[in-house]
Amino acid sequence: MIRVALLVAGKDLRIERRSRVLLWQVLPFGVTALVLCGLALGPLHAGNSSAAPGLFYLVMLLVALLMINRAQVIEGSPGTKASVATLGLDPAGVFLGKALALAVELWLTGVVVLAGSVLFLHTALSGTLSAVPSVIVTLAALAAAGTLYGALSGGGQGPATLLPMLSLPAFAPLLIAGERSFSDALHGGSLWRWWVISLVALAAYLAIGILLYGVLEES
Amino acid sequence: MDGTSPVVVLRDAVVLIGGFPLLSGVNLALDPGTLTVVTGANGAGKTSLLRLLGGLVTLTSGAGVVSGIDLKTGDLRELRRRVGWLGHEGSFYDDLSVRENLTFAAKALGRPTEEIPRVLERVGLTSRTTTVAKLLSAGQRRRLGLAWLLLRRPETWLLDEPYASLDDEGRTFFDDLIAEVVRGGATVVVSAHDPLRSTSLRPRTLTLAGGLVVGDHS
Amino acid sequence: MIKTLSQRLLGPVTLVLLVLTFWLGLWVTPPDKIQGNLARMLYVHPAIAWVALYVSFGTAAIASALYLWQRTRSVVMDRVAYCAMEVSTVFIILTLITGSIWGRPTWGVWWAWDARLTSTAILGLFELAYLALRRANDDPELRARRCAVFAIIAAINVPIIHFSVDWWNTLHQGATVFTENGNLLVHGIMLWTLFISLFAFTLLFFWLLRARYRVEVLRAARYDVALDEALAQRRREGVR
Repeated sequence: MIRVALLVAGKDLRIERRSRVLLWQVLPFGVTALVLCGLALGPLHAGNSSAAPGLFYLVMLLVALLMINRAQVIEGSPGTKASVATLGLDPAGVFLGKALALAVELWLTGVVVLAGSVLFLHTALSGTLSAVPSVIVTLAALAAAGTLYGALSGGGQGPATLLPMLSLPAFAPLLIAGERSFSDALHGGSLWRWWVISLVALAAYLAIGILLYGVLEES
Repeated sequence: MDGTSPVVVLRDAVVLIGGFPLLSGVNLALDPGTLTVVTGANGAGKTSLLRLLGGLVTLTSGAGVVSGIDLKTGDLRELRRRVGWLGHEGSFYDDLSVRENLTFAAKALGRPTEEIPRVLERVGLTSRTTTVAKLLSAGQRRRLGLAWLLLRRPETWLLDEPYASLDDEGRTFFDDLIAEVVRGGATVVVSAHDPLRSTSLRPRTLTLAGGLVVGDHS
Repeated sequence: MIKTLSQRLLGPVTLVLLVLTFWLGLWVTPPDKIQGNLARMLYVHPAIAWVALYVSFGTAAIASALYLWQRTRSVVMDRVAYCAMEVSTVFIILTLITGSIWGRPTWGVWWAWDARLTSTAILGLFELAYLALRRANDDPELRARRCAVFAIIAAINVPIIHFSVDWWNTLHQGATVFTENGNLLVHGIMLWTLFISLFAFTLLFFWLLRARYRVEVLRAARYDVALDEALAQRRREGVR
């Protein structure tokens, strides 16, 4: 399973490095969305808003939706799908590999969007840095959940529009946990309970993915 | 399963997708180590028949056994491991190079990557090793798909319209390779719009229409 | 015979209990000392929420799990899951509406970012997403598998949503029926009316589920006829 996971993750990341979609489309989108958030807050609140942690995660959710769709498109053509299916890869390994690749892409985007929040929304640098561990866990949970929802929405009618409908309710607790832990990191509050939410969500999605990804693949 | 019993047996095989019958009652038996060409007009069910044989779609009704695996109750993942698929759309990742695609396939199958140069030489893609797949011509893409299959050496080869948009040289290359594979004992099923032009191959030709086998010529 | 009798009696008994609930709730029980007549929501809102959050969603989740389990996989489980989820969505919407009506005088707004209200709304969004997923896939088997997996994910999300939203913000009034120690807060006729309402709305769910299931069976029969016609037409293409 781990061997397949590393193989699939390596392949997805190599494709991303080659196509430059992350670099030229997703990262600029993330920064643009963050700037728009600042504009939406208005000139009085854009630079000193307590909404900055929430806006960071909102932007990351939108970025995640783009990346999940992208991860599905890679496997999408009928010929590729059929050929890869005949390789007989372990579905649990495929799930873990795709989730790992998505997590790495979200972490890279997260670094840029975090820097953007320091620059545009004036979040304190030290607080932002202390939020990094919780950001890593929350984005990993987002990647695991997103990989499952990507598989659920793929192949049916309007997969690109179905994906947000399916995934956003599940992203809600991650948004809450991420926003709270980021806010606590900025203002020195207690972090543990929000870590628990993100970690439990990560563990739950990994377990569901390992157990049920094969069922989705079969269909 | 001994060497003489059919590798494929279908009885009244029906495949429905989204309420539409792609196959409407196919009866068929294929012997191992044979070449079969499935012809018919667009929408006749050629690709669907190949996908059914590869365990890529489920059998809605009727009965079927491929490589000893029951299409209704057997392990379709295991069946998929035993077949090789070459689609006319391309059978690999467009953003990976020729070598990267084959390395991925080899590692996924647990095959040594040292076999890749030999396979590339066999399909005539040695000079295109570092070319990204989406930059290959239609014929070269087909050869890359074949290289993927040669690396695997599956029991059953399912080639979906492999001759589409190939020049004469490409067709001859394919004919030679298919003949070699059949001589090696594999079962090959090819879908094509028209019967094969090749004089070197002596395939069994099935004609499909309306999701049924309506002609069978050996 | 017992099965037939219970099926025949389900509708009338549900109707009688609902009428009894409304009669007791509107005319027999007294108004509350603090909340006045608004407290009569006690005989509607908790019962609807009970059905929405536990009975109907639980039925859909269990049926989905049974569908995914190879030994119990059947089209019946898929249909029960779908029908229960559809009825549950109606009850979730009613829960939110009755909750808003009850909360308006207390909070001063129709919607507050209260933990229970928010987590119920998120569960409602899950259910709407389930129905969207259902309609996005034409193939019955593919649809059944995907929807079953989605329902399981939604069920596992319930405690995660509950705790995250609960820790996030809680404005909701405390427990209405029991204290934290398990002592009763509601007595006499009010308590009896509450229990009757819980029973009545639970029966209403099963009655609606049965009716919805029958519609689904008829729809499946119509689909089978259409398939037979499509198959015959397809075969004619081959004979021509």
